[in-house]
Amino acid sequence: MSQDMYAGASETTEGRVFTVSGQDWDSIVDGLGEEADERVVVNMGPQHPSTHGVLRLILELEGETVTEARCGIGYLHTGIEKNMEFRSWTQGVTFCTRMDYLSPFYNEMTYVLGVERLLDIEDDVPEKAQVMRVLLMELNRISSHLVCIATGGMEIGALTVMTVGFRERELVLDLFELITGLRMNHAFIRPGGVAQDLPPGALDEIRGFIALMRKRLKEYADLCNANPIFKARLEGVGHLDLAGCLALGLSGPVLRSTGYPWDLRKTQPYSGYETYDFDVQTWDTADSYGRFRVRLNEMWESLRIVEQAADRLARLDGAPVMVADKKIAWPSQLAIGSDGMGNSLDHIRHIMGESMEALIHHFKLVTEGFRVPPGQAYVPIESPRGELGAHVVSDGGTRPFRAHFRDPSFTNLQATSVMSEGGMVADVIVAIASIDPVMGGVDR
Amino acid sequence: MTERDHTDRTPENVPAPAGEVHQVGVRHGMFGTHGTGDTSGYGGLVQAIAFPGDAQRPYGGWYDEVADALESALVESRAGDAAVEIAVPRVVIHRGEITFHVRREDLVAVAQVLRDDERLRFEFCSGVSGVHYPEDTGRELHAVYHLLSMTHNRRIRLEVTAPDADPHIPSIVSVYPTNDWHERETFDMFGIVFDGHPALTRILMPDDWPGHPQRKDYPLGGIPVEYKGATVPPPDQRRSYN
Repeated sequence: MSQDMYAGASETTEGRVFTVSGQDWDSIVDGLGEEADERVVVNMGPQHPSTHGVLRLILELEGETVTEARCGIGYLHTGIEKNMEFRSWTQGVTFCTRMDYLSPFYNEMTYVLGVERLLDIEDDVPEKAQVMRVLLMELNRISSHLVCIATGGMEIGALTVMTVGFRERELVLDLFELITGLRMNHAFIRPGGVAQDLPPGALDEIRGFIALMRKRLKEYADLCNANPIFKARLEGVGHLDLAGCLALGLSGPVLRSTGYPWDLRKTQPYSGYETYDFDVQTWDTADSYGRFRVRLNEMWESLRIVEQAADRLARLDGAPVMVADKKIAWPSQLAIGSDGMGNSLDHIRHIMGESMEALIHHFKLVTEGFRVPPGQAYVPIESPRGELGAHVVSDGGTRPFRAHFRDPSFTNLQATSVMSEGGMVADVIVAIASIDPVMGGVDR
Repeated sequence: MTERDHTDRTPENVPAPAGEVHQVGVRHGMFGTHGTGDTSGYGGLVQAIAFPGDAQRPYGGWYDEVADALESALVESRAGDAAVEIAVPRVVIHRGEITFHVRREDLVAVAQVLRDDERLRFEFCSGVSGVHYPEDTGRELHAVYHLLSMTHNRRIRLEVTAPDADPHIPSIVSVYPTNDWHERETFDMFGIVFDGHPALTRILMPDDWPGHPQRKDYPLGGIPVEYKGATVPPPDQRRSYN
């Protein structure tokens, strides 16, 4: 038994407790002695051997077979919903973008759609803003699915899948950086539109990315689709049929892997998704392999949407990206100066030297914000992980009275027990990877 | 947008009779200043915080279909059991979203009917969200459920209230198993006790955490930060606009 200064072996009412950290498994066998055939409860985590975040799994084992599996969550709880109640409606975007850090644009989008519905300006958001939102969301879907596939591959030892996945994701993040200025935590989608217009040259970069991805995505199919080791680890693992998905509230690729083509972009479209040409991807095996194939195919569909959005943006050069209502639209325009990005000098000159009213307007809107009529709204969207929705409540003030996020990772993670009980320990990892939970979204 | 002529009282310009407006509190003053320091005169303002009122029949669209089906299905489900009377839910329609306000004792029966009746078929529950209205006396705690019918492609909202003094709401995990974690989260954050939940424990906060953080009487926390000689108070103690 290795010496652990924090926790050594000890007797509790539940039995003997061991602390192992690898390379010392024999100590358990020696320590158990004649009790070795009894059940063992294993705490896996809270450091999950992957990049999904901090997840603790409590597994009851008989040999290598999992008889009970439970999740312990909350390690990444940061009180984002509570914090949003103390900031203005626009500042709320800055908080919620940090929840599910692999799909920040979706967090922003569902919150902003709720605010816009309460403001009753859904139809006033300019077309260019809507197209830019769609473009960013679909790029984000690609980067999120890439991480899911990459880390899923890493967890089963397929390191090449990981390296190529992160290689392509980097290209998407470069596009995000070009368009929004940041690789993550963008706070780019704001109530009424988006923060700023496309930078010069962005469309060329996007077109180059699409052309490159058309080549690179094939590599995933060649590497994995018929790979016997890959299939042996994924096929039949983490099975959950349609009835199970609906009872447990699962949505997204897990639901579509049962063959049910439910995709909010098609069934309850928002941001003009009904005008884009794409197909809902399904599979019929309801297992981890099916979910992998659904994600892979969805990236192709996202590329199609990105291409259409880029074509539309080429026609919308110079169009507004924020509502015309000056009582809601952010007053200042950003520009790149000698010391980096900041308020445009033209705007500063206008409010500081020309118009006292413009200065008052800027000050009021930036410090106080706008008021949102009392009521509540829930406008869910199809995030890479399923139905993501924000329950937004206003009491007529300048700050959200309550913002609650129904995060798909949180709901989908409930399926851990059903998917892994009765299977092998090694399959628990595959089953959870196929759910693709992001703990930042689970714990918020 | 053209300004409406308020002197014109021809029938099409008279607003529909609004139902009872739900006042959940009052807002005092402006600019967040209280006591001394307010020379604007706005400090004396008192405004009611009024949520959208009840909708009147006909609701229009598919709302009537759902409301009719719900009412008749509730009556059928309780046929022969005269001792139990289920109140017809109050309905609020705002910004194209329909909300059924249900008494808490009816919640499980209503959820069961909504899920199983073939005219309703709300087979997907998006979980429960708590809201705390400290000034809504007698119904401070609200539990809000969003239901989705994939069969009919419709979305509705259920709202249930409980007083702070008796924070009990029946659990609907037996109808929608997905609400297991959602109800645990709402209990954790608001202290709403979901009776009948299989294992109602904290889920996000540590097991021994005191209090329920999302309640309005729970402080945000934080410490003052010094920056270049000045001190910035924590967000919940700064001057704020209300």
